Amino acid sequence: MNDTTQLLRFITAGSVDDGKSTLIGRLLHDSKSIFEDQFSAISKTSEKRGMAAVDLSLLTDGLQAEREQGITIDVAYRYFATPKRKFIIGDTPGHEQYTRNMVTAASTANLVVILVDARRGVLVQTRRHTYLASLVGIPHIVLAVNKMDMVDYSEARFNEICAEYLAFAAQLGLHDITCVPLSALVGDMLVDRGDNLNWYQGTTLMELLENVEIDHDVNTTDFRYPVQWVCRPQTDEHHDFRGFMGRIEAGEVSVGDEITVLPGGKTSKVKEIVTYDGNLQTAYAPQSITLRLTDEIDISRGDMFVKADYLPTVAKEFEAMLCWLSETPLDKNRKYLVKHTTRTAKCLFSGIDYRVDVNTLEQHENPTVNMNDIVHVSMKVQSPLAFDHYQRNRASGSFIVIDEATNNTVAAGMIA
Amino acid sequence: MSNHLFTHLDALESESIHIMREVAAECKNPALLFSGGKDSIVMLRLAEKAFRPCKFPFPLVHIDTEHNFPEVIATRDKLAADLGERLIVRSLEGSIAKGTIVIKNPDLPRNPYQSVTLLETIEEFGFDACMGGARRDEEKARAKERIFSFRDEFGQWDPKNQRPELWDIYNTRVHPGENIRVFPISNWTELDIWQYIGRENLHIPSIYYAHEREVIRRGGSVIPVSDLVQPKPGEKVEVLSVRFRTVGDVTCTAPVESTASNVDEIIAETATTRITERGATRMDDQTSDASMELRKKEGYF
Repeated sequence: MNDTTQLLRFITAGSVDDGKSTLIGRLLHDSKSIFEDQFSAISKTSEKRGMAAVDLSLLTDGLQAEREQGITIDVAYRYFATPKRKFIIGDTPGHEQYTRNMVTAASTANLVVILVDARRGVLVQTRRHTYLASLVGIPHIVLAVNKMDMVDYSEARFNEICAEYLAFAAQLGLHDITCVPLSALVGDMLVDRGDNLNWYQGTTLMELLENVEIDHDVNTTDFRYPVQWVCRPQTDEHHDFRGFMGRIEAGEVSVGDEITVLPGGKTSKVKEIVTYDGNLQTAYAPQSITLRLTDEIDISRGDMFVKADYLPTVAKEFEAMLCWLSETPLDKNRKYLVKHTTRTAKCLFSGIDYRVDVNTLEQHENPTVNMNDIVHVSMKVQSPLAFDHYQRNRASGSFIVIDEATNNTVAAGMIA
Repeated sequence: MSNHLFTHLDALESESIHIMREVAAECKNPALLFSGGKDSIVMLRLAEKAFRPCKFPFPLVHIDTEHNFPEVIATRDKLAADLGERLIVRSLEGSIAKGTIVIKNPDLPRNPYQSVTLLETIEEFGFDACMGGARRDEEKARAKERIFSFRDEFGQWDPKNQRPELWDIYNTRVHPGENIRVFPISNWTELDIWQYIGRENLHIPSIYYAHEREVIRRGGSVIPVSDLVQPKPGEKVEVLSVRFRTVGDVTCTAPVESTASNVDEIIAETATTRITERGATRMDDQTSDASMELRKKEGYF
């Protein structure tokens, strides 16, 4: 680890039987990220359960309830590092009812590892995971063909599965896909190449995770700066200081740039880019900074700074794909709250157009909307939002829906 | 970001600043829990980066067990004073005097009782959000906790009923009486913390660096001798070169044997260590595989 170590967030998707937990356990173990006390704890448990070898999947079972039942019930985050990168793994369960967990973990991921069992090939759930990955816009996809030891390390079988998968993924418009044959149980092609897959010329899973290009995973062209907080110290030293604090969600900004403040539309110029470590000439996504402008204009939290040559849409109505997260179904007659960047507004659903069957990708019209459903909706908000299409800009195209009665987060939205 | 190098520490720092600003902007009466330990010292630096040249839009709060290492308390007071920020200290002794904490055995660790004083302090000041320096890599239960973690009127965490957390859009809404614990450094690891302490040249209590100390060996751990911990008959006092990886209650925080006397040496040790931070140093977490989960359900931060 050194001064150039980058951060990569990834998730794994697959069912309990695909060896997902074993794969994570193996990555941690072979990269020497498992500690002795953790290892001794799971060794004891494996022994208690009468297993011959240490069950690496136990490493990711966090809560008492899960350990008792031997299942994973929620998203857990794991951390490991190699000299090249620090990794955050969002570990999600593969059961059908947990679509919401995968969407949750996928929302911040650079990459997804989709597991298939080499004996069973591409299944309904493989398609489901791939569809969700495309919906949430995960930039990079790895198809990990696991349990190659169970099919005699057959190159033909691997090629067959990859061909079927790539054909399906092409229908969804996905292009950045890498297929890797491996055996999580034995350890082939994860961190070490092993001796069993010599016909395979590509990289190991770890090499892929360490080297995949992620600099362009955020939108680097369309400057988007939602104002989080306005700093007015009003001290003798900083008498006239008025700084607009926030994080650059996309693009870059330099001193002297002309900016437009949305939704109002007033314009000004960047006077200073302030940070605790000194002023900057240029700042980039995803830096947290403070901007000062040359003009005194009325700006508050929820406003968004943009540049005139890359304007987002400003409107009160839009269409979106929604993943419903709540056990209580969507009620068309009710108003909800939408939180989009740093702005919260009342909203209503003017149309629930169709539900996508995540297994077949078929569209069903006039649906009721229950937990784990993916639906296309038309929405109206009380005050205008400045937004982009989600597929162009994750940060300014995403929102959550909040039920005011319970304060729960009931849906994740992606502007279509 | 083609011509600008953004390291993992830059990414973590920016995320934490963003979280703190969301708390400041959306919560009515937040607080930052500050103990003088290394993680909370990193939190202070992040707060400076988030809010300067403004004052922090929240006070610092310490729930004092009065079983603390004097070096840590001295650092706590010095840092708060240097920054010119308001520090509120509430002691377990206050709760004991009121009768809301009944200590059964004065020699046992006081960490489990911190929850009581914390909840009383939250009520006294009406805090709706408390930011803490907990990290997900510390413990299995923490690995599943959200960055914005909701507590009911009894301060309880319900792991099976957490709000989904998507992108960096945080739902900060609570009903009256409820509150949130916010963990801005959730995604940092022990190694990240040390690298950041090195990069930012942060002043931390001297007991984090190797020093000679009188210790006894008890139950596989090395335990520091103090007013509260004396050798039992048959136990031998040794002088070893040790450092602390965490600092909590004097009676339940064990040092590790080490000669690392500066940040670079600690980073080298941390990168190659084979024992987790809490596994090596916290006797209170070793009681059962689910100790932390149970404590959190009772309102522990």
